[in-house]
Amino acid sequence: MKGNEAIAEAAIQAGCRHYFGYPITPQTEIAAYMAKRMPKIGGTFLQAESEIAAINMVYGVASAGKRVMTSSSSPGISLKSEGLSYLAGADLPALVVNAQRGGPGLGGIQPSQSDYFQATRGGGHGDYHMIVLAPSSVQEMAQLTIKGFELADEYRMTSMILADGTIGQMMEPVSFDFDIKEAPAKPWATTGTKMAREHNVINSLYLNPELLEKTNIERYKKYEIIAEKEALAEEYLTEDADIIIAAFGIAARVSRNAVNEARANGIKAGLIRPITLWPFPEKVFAKAAEHAKQIISVELSMGQMIEDVRLATQCRIPVSLCYRVGGMIPTPDQVYQAIVEASEKGGK
Amino acid sequence: MAKVTFREDECKGCGLCVDACPKGILQLSKDKINKKGHHPAECAKPEECIGCASCAIMCPDCIITVER
Amino acid sequence: MIVFEKPKSLTDVPLHYCPGCTHGIVHRLVAEAIDELGIEGKTVGIAPVGCSVMAYDYFSCDMIEAAHGRAPAVATGVKRSDPDNLIVFTYQGDGDLASIGTAETVHAAARNENITVIFINNAIYGMTGGQMAPTSLPGQVTQTSPYGRDVKACGYPVKICEMLSELEGPEYLERVTVNNVANVRKAKKAIKKAFQNQIDGKGFSLVEVISSCPTNWGMTPKEALKWIDDNMIPYYPLGVYKDRSAGILGGKKED
Repeated sequence: MKGNEAIAEAAIQAGCRHYFGYPITPQTEIAAYMAKRMPKIGGTFLQAESEIAAINMVYGVASAGKRVMTSSSSPGISLKSEGLSYLAGADLPALVVNAQRGGPGLGGIQPSQSDYFQATRGGGHGDYHMIVLAPSSVQEMAQLTIKGFELADEYRMTSMILADGTIGQMMEPVSFDFDIKEAPAKPWATTGTKMAREHNVINSLYLNPELLEKTNIERYKKYEIIAEKEALAEEYLTEDADIIIAAFGIAARVSRNAVNEARANGIKAGLIRPITLWPFPEKVFAKAAEHAKQIISVELSMGQMIEDVRLATQCRIPVSLCYRVGGMIPTPDQVYQAIVEASEKGGK
Repeated sequence: MAKVTFREDECKGCGLCVDACPKGILQLSKDKINKKGHHPAECAKPEECIGCASCAIMCPDCIITVER
Repeated sequence: MIVFEKPKSLTDVPLHYCPGCTHGIVHRLVAEAIDELGIEGKTVGIAPVGCSVMAYDYFSCDMIEAAHGRAPAVATGVKRSDPDNLIVFTYQGDGDLASIGTAETVHAAARNENITVIFINNAIYGMTGGQMAPTSLPGQVTQTSPYGRDVKACGYPVKICEMLSELEGPEYLERVTVNNVANVRKAKKAIKKAFQNQIDGKGFSLVEVISSCPTNWGMTPKEALKWIDDNMIPYYPLGVYKDRSAGILGGKKED
């Protein structure tokens, strides 16, 4: 199964019955899968007139309390950013997939990780975050989609799957043996009062500045809890590592091979693979900085996650960047050479 | 006997009811000022009201109740 | 016996609109339609951005505040979430519906989305203080067309009912006004029909209400209602532009 199809199937298994999207490469398999399946299971697939319309349709279904998603790729996510900000301001749960491609502008259609800032800093206007999940296998595309829905409902916020074209197109076997948490009751949803309660209002407008400040502070308290409870990373051979690679998604797969190569050649290398990009797994990096001598951030960007790595390690050890951009992917050998270089500089 | 009543304090004194009244018996009060600072609408000749509700139909603030 | 009082599906919150603004009349007509059809408990309203942004405080049914222009897309989502049980309406001004949200409007109509759209056309941006709207008349003086709307520089007004009537999709399009008692009664009928159509599953129903903005037109409320007769209606003729069920199919009219 393709990575993009794994997302779509997992969403359906998570109880998502509403999908809205606008075609853009490289994630159209998700829409195609939904177009085929949704009508057969009583769900909605709707090809919207634009990404902006699609995210606002998501806003509508989310307001009505149902699991809902959209998917797109970088330029389309920029268009959806207005809606992402409103979803955050109205505390609505939704799932958004970004199969990143190179930018800025129209950029290219090849894989990229250069929307890291956009995703982890919110993307749209105002103070807010989304939960950002970074799968690095087809199995994880499915698994994190389900987790994304669960977290979105639990914390009433948007989860974003920050994938890339490579994993979306990659074919791997997937097990769908998941224990899925059903959506909780949503007494705040606009499902009609049935003349049995006061009217519910979904809204992000606060004309009273004190109230807006208070609401934002409350929301950030929730973010603190999420940062404490939900940050997630996979560690590979980090325990005794002198040189640690920080990489997510496709970059982590490449880096893992480079780490193996380094180990085979007597260099103590390891890998930290953030699975949640927001919240960033700061503690894992802080702990690693206690014994490691250097960190190399391997990215398909001009260096975005590297800022979070430096913040997490408080610049106690050197952090360097190994990258390709524009749709290019670093090779295991390129990463291995970066490890060798770092170890020659005294990383061993 | 028709009767028209105004929730006086919500009146904004726009006068649309005054113009709508076919009997010409509504006016904006000359001496009263309500909580919002407007001269509220009132019925000068209640005994002439026919309860047609034209005033209420034109009232943008829904402050008029009409009985008949 | 009470022959007229505030409809039940309006809350007790006093409306914030300027004196003589016809938003209040249209709010009431929508609420009366909801009351008379007995649908308050299953209705979800979508408020726009503009003067009526706080409509969510005024209607006692469930309400959602949408981003500027996106109400038809939000309404699409809500309606599709439970099409058999929910009645969904949007309430939008001319900037919201005919400028920033034109795409959402046109495509919801093209899909014949089973929703009700109440479109307030007062030819000006009220909330931001009286700028030129997509529907401002040629020559109309506004804050951003201080010498009058110059059609050579900023083009012509968008006639929504005429434009949408060219589409195959929508069920019902009517333009009404609320500048006198008789016209308010006609507007009420149209708005109620737009809800009834949704109940009957007929599809996209839009009522354009030619409205006044005394404050930003720089007139008394009374003068503003007359200005509708003298200036707005000649440019925006009232009437049914499409009513598929009644055999009025829209499209280009023969002269």
